[in-house]
Amino acid sequence: MKEKTRRRGYFGDFGGMFVPESLVAALTELAAVHEEAKDDGDFQRELAHLLGDYAGRPTPLYEAERLGRELGGARIYLKREDLCHTGSHKINNTLGQCMLARRMGKRRVIAETGAGQHGVATATAAALLGLQCDVYMGEEDTLRQSLNVFRMELLGARVIPVRAGSRTLKDAINQAMRDWVATVEETHYCIGSVVGPYPFPELVRDFQSVIGREVREQFKEREGRLPDILLACVGGGSNSMGLFYPFLQDRDVRLVGVEAGGRGAAPGEHSATLCRGRAGVVHGARSYLLQDGDGQVNSTHSVSAGLDYPGVGPEHSYLKESGRAEYCAVSDSEALEAVKLLCRTEGIIPALESAHAVARAVSMAPEMSPEAALVVCLSGRGDKDVNILQEVLHEQDS
Amino acid sequence: MSRIAESFGVLAGRRAAYIAYATAGFPDGETSLDIMRSMLAEADMLEIGVPFSDPTMDGPVIQETSRRALEAGTSLAGVLRMVERLRSGTEKPLLIMSYFNPIHSFGLRDFSAAAADAGADGIILPDLPLEEFEPWRLEAVRAGLDTVLFVAMTSSPQRMRASGALASGFIYALATMGTTGLRDSLSERLEPFLRLAMRETGLPVAAGVGISNASQCREVGKVADGVIVGTALMHAALRAVDEGDDPGKAIRDIIAPMISTLDES
Repeated sequence: MKEKTRRRGYFGDFGGMFVPESLVAALTELAAVHEEAKDDGDFQRELAHLLGDYAGRPTPLYEAERLGRELGGARIYLKREDLCHTGSHKINNTLGQCMLARRMGKRRVIAETGAGQHGVATATAAALLGLQCDVYMGEEDTLRQSLNVFRMELLGARVIPVRAGSRTLKDAINQAMRDWVATVEETHYCIGSVVGPYPFPELVRDFQSVIGREVREQFKEREGRLPDILLACVGGGSNSMGLFYPFLQDRDVRLVGVEAGGRGAAPGEHSATLCRGRAGVVHGARSYLLQDGDGQVNSTHSVSAGLDYPGVGPEHSYLKESGRAEYCAVSDSEALEAVKLLCRTEGIIPALESAHAVARAVSMAPEMSPEAALVVCLSGRGDKDVNILQEVLHEQDS
Repeated sequence: MSRIAESFGVLAGRRAAYIAYATAGFPDGETSLDIMRSMLAEADMLEIGVPFSDPTMDGPVIQETSRRALEAGTSLAGVLRMVERLRSGTEKPLLIMSYFNPIHSFGLRDFSAAAADAGADGIILPDLPLEEFEPWRLEAVRAGLDTVLFVAMTSSPQRMRASGALASGFIYALATMGTTGLRDSLSERLEPFLRLAMRETGLPVAAGVGISNASQCREVGKVADGVIVGTALMHAALRAVDEGDDPGKAIRDIIAPMISTLDES
């Protein structure tokens, strides 16, 4: 995996820095400050303190025994990122990035958000570190996640609805980038996933890798070995990259990324970028992309706003091409079934995003031996989704 | 010598070049050609914008013209056919401006060859900075196309020199930190920035993004080798289309005073 000759910011042929000239200086500075902070004991101690005492890490690795018994086959462990402060793994990254913003002397952060989890986590870290915070959110998402809009406002952030394009995550990123091009000298763009130009994909991965490092330690302590399979949902791919990264050298550990299969395989009906896309350049990096034959970005669909995105982190594209990780898609209805199953068997309401990974575990576990163990990243809790669940499940019942 | 270099050469010492931008395919193929021909009647060069679904460097006006051009079915191949038709009626420089993905999708070699065949002189790629430039540069050189590179107020003098060494045709100086769109006034940092860019790059420097009216054209034209005007023209075209007026005439009405103020400056 370690390519000594690789170009800066590239994972194989993917990644790079496809941005307007106005942003190059800021990205170069960010990369330098991130490198510096990695070796700065004070920075790392403060981050560890915040992740621990403030965000509630380490999160538990919990064996879902009742779910396992019901399914038969492999044992299923859940990495409980849903128990992090603010309800998802997103806080791991926003605390780190807001600390970097402070280190660069930037007093304002902006963020994009789909489901609202990253927006809430950014608003939270900004409040804690005394930074001004503006969050761009597609108008459609502000409606389907209105509770999160209110949470962000309560935390002192300004939420700016984006009415352009498909009014979802992709357009929120477009608008955040437009803001950043104009304000880059005093603003840090706290990007929420392992996407975007160099150095964001590796920077966000570094902050999220705490997930995989903990799983490694916790599983080893309990079982004296490594798990057989790791499963996580992939929208942009931050919780999955954070889980996978510390295991990349462990070739016996299968890495499975689960994308949003939506309502079907036709363009516009899903968000399964790695399964159904091809290489393209959008939002600053070369990676898999859902696009038409003319290089225009396709619209997407997923019941979960956080996966409703036509791109994916470049390192995932590399892991797919190199064969180190495998990617599959789970439909809206399979994800909804997984929500119900996890509620009934374990008393846990997963986020709709995370439910995609649970759904894949549900289909894989019965095929495997009882000695095998799966770890599923439960990246977020489903409280934010209860309105949608109520609507969709009610429709299904009637 | 390329048409672009020649054009700057002819104007040098007299006045700044006026470069007009149009979103290709807005509001439809034929009207778009009318709009671009009206621009070419007045302007020194034409920048032909390929519409893209996710124009992150553009403000609301060009987002809207791009959206409508795509809705009207504009493709990259279609834009190349428009370039060919424009070329048959003009010797002025034609430049294609595109976000990188449509070109990446078309194929770098295929696109550079097709653009040169169609009669384009130069290519402007706003999301392809120096770091990613080399693969494209090789194809552009092979096809005999100029490629314009950008400098911003945040670019170091060293970067400006590197851009000057690799670009051809001219350097696009971002007059505003921000997306394309109308501005009431220009930054106080603009003049020293333009002077620095002209000194460091050694190429003609044309300023664009935010230059909205005749008085701003004059202000910039006193310093720079060229001014690039896009949103102000597309705004006029958009309004004319929506009100059922002739967009070509609306554009001629707005370009003429801008160019005459360059003559005076």
